[in-house]
Amino acid sequence: MTITNKLTLLTLIALSVLFSCSKDKDPVTPTPIPPPPGGSSPTPYALTIPPIFAQTLPAPFNPQNNPLTVEGVELGRHLFYDPILSGDGTQSCATCHAPELAFTDTNQFSTGIDGLEGNRNSMPIFNAAWNFDQRFFWDGRAIGLEGQAFGPVRNPIEMHNTWPDAVTSLQNHPTYPSMFNAAFGTTIIDSVLVVKAIAQFERTLISANSKFDRYLLGMEALTPQEASGFNLFMDQQGGDCFHCHGSAGNPLWTDNGFHNNGLDASFTDLGLGGVTGNPADNGKFKTPSLRNLVFTAPYMHDGRFQTLDEVIEHYSTGIVMSSTIDPMMEHAANGGVQLTAQEKANLKAFLLSLTDNNFVTNPDFQAP
Amino acid sequence: MKTTKTVILLSATIALSSFFTSCSKDKGCTDPVALNFDQKAETDDGSCIYPTPPPPAATTASVNINFTHNFDGTTVTANDFNTIQYTNQFGNQMSISKLKYLISDVRFYKANGDSVVVDGYNYIDLTNTATLSYALGNVGHDTYTGVGFVIGFDVIDNISNYYPDLNAVSWNWPASLGGGYHYMQLEGQYIDSNSATANYAYHYGTAREINLANDTIYHPNYTLAQIGGVTIAGSSVNIEIKMNIAEWFKNTYTWDLNVYNTMLMPNYNAQILMKQNAPTVFSLGTVN
Repeated sequence: MTITNKLTLLTLIALSVLFSCSKDKDPVTPTPIPPPPGGSSPTPYALTIPPIFAQTLPAPFNPQNNPLTVEGVELGRHLFYDPILSGDGTQSCATCHAPELAFTDTNQFSTGIDGLEGNRNSMPIFNAAWNFDQRFFWDGRAIGLEGQAFGPVRNPIEMHNTWPDAVTSLQNHPTYPSMFNAAFGTTIIDSVLVVKAIAQFERTLISANSKFDRYLLGMEALTPQEASGFNLFMDQQGGDCFHCHGSAGNPLWTDNGFHNNGLDASFTDLGLGGVTGNPADNGKFKTPSLRNLVFTAPYMHDGRFQTLDEVIEHYSTGIVMSSTIDPMMEHAANGGVQLTAQEKANLKAFLLSLTDNNFVTNPDFQAP
Repeated sequence: MKTTKTVILLSATIALSSFFTSCSKDKGCTDPVALNFDQKAETDDGSCIYPTPPPPAATTASVNINFTHNFDGTTVTANDFNTIQYTNQFGNQMSISKLKYLISDVRFYKANGDSVVVDGYNYIDLTNTATLSYALGNVGHDTYTGVGFVIGFDVIDNISNYYPDLNAVSWNWPASLGGGYHYMQLEGQYIDSNSATANYAYHYGTAREINLANDTIYHPNYTLAQIGGVTIAGSSVNIEIKMNIAEWFKNTYTWDLNVYNTMLMPNYNAQILMKQNAPTVFSLGTVN
């Protein structure tokens, strides 16, 4: 081979190498996420999806800007149970959202630190990560659990604090700055981090181990009465409950929507309409889940019914027509679904099979 | 820096290779698009070098369906809900407060009788504008004589509690009525024969018949919608599918809301009449 030939060969090789280089874009080197300034790196928290939800529902919702971490959930649990967030240090979230009551209380209206009562019943907290519409409160005024948690701290009839004061109390606390550092990589506390931590804890509050869940999983049989009650629940000519309150396919037992369920002819509390400004939304309130009803009395947005029997009687004979009553209240023109005494008892037996005793005693959910 | 080197080397190589090809007379790269195109070459020797491989000729287009709604030509969106402003064929004055429905298995028919189906479904809720658009994926270039789809689910797809996204929106149809899922929920108010405002809930799905012998028979009650032909060409095609809501109340059964208003899911006659009116509800809109 001549020198010229060798040169050509070399050039061609070089050329092909260069072409292969220029063909591929420069490889993207992933930039490692810098460790938080405080030097800590929280441990990701893997939410355990219960089998009945894994079988029927989409993955739970979690905002990308607030991933669950072991340290964040633990901080959230401390904050949830700590009266430090209230104006006078006497009330925590758990005051009105007690774990043994599926995170609600027994009052019609809860009383804030100044002795003032609200006009809505405290809502239980569970399976909130499966509320895909992300609208919270009876009237849907808060978006996301983080957005929800901003409210009660500064509400004058609830914890009646200011966020700057709440943050100062936490900042001056002997252990919270280091817990925020562990969870979020900063000792500088702000309200956004507080609600993020509380929301993380709330997303772990999962209730999916009732008798009916176990029945759906083929692990336990229903009594004939419970089975009759479920059939009634699913029957449009029976209880007609399924459009709003879930089914075997939607074991959240709520559609997470807003409806007027025939409580009143006119509205003193506009509900969703007060938030959207749309008169067509007046008198609409969030559908509560039917899980854990044994713990969550009294019932309805204004806690007007003390017992489940009263609730069932409302749907049976107490429906009142109004301008925005939901078309899915299909028996409204007859005042309700008109159940017999036996049917009411069967329906109640089914509803009580949605009780999850493990949820209210789960040690992970209790006060630290 | 790298570019400069490449250019120098490239020029050198082209110079060199042209020198070599000129030696081998009329063989070389004959493709004018190639980097080393040789004007003098008459026979291609397979030596062409390309900056990037030439793109393959497109044979499919990405197809998107947009669902629009009207009442005999008057556009209906969620902003038009809750006002009694429509009159159906029978003469009922009515409003719409909810319109949710399911379509599945979009099919493209060819002139020779063959068809291609895009397996899948789309749940439409007028209050959620994201659901008004359905990305079908790639469909082969062709002049199709028709487009069809299932209103609801056919028997194979209508599996109780099977679809997590549909379960999450409580779209389930009770097992006692045959199970599976709703095909449609159309709701609102109408002025009844006593001039009072009343509700209707036009929920369409599997039809349960209890016959004279007291046997329960479940009729798969879905409808195959057939709309006009489309040409699929280029890289992407948007197809508008129009629902004329008024058609649910006419052609061929003139629907009186005083007769059928609520409690329609277990009402066999009402379910069969919904299916009877369904074929003319959808039509082809603009294609671009």
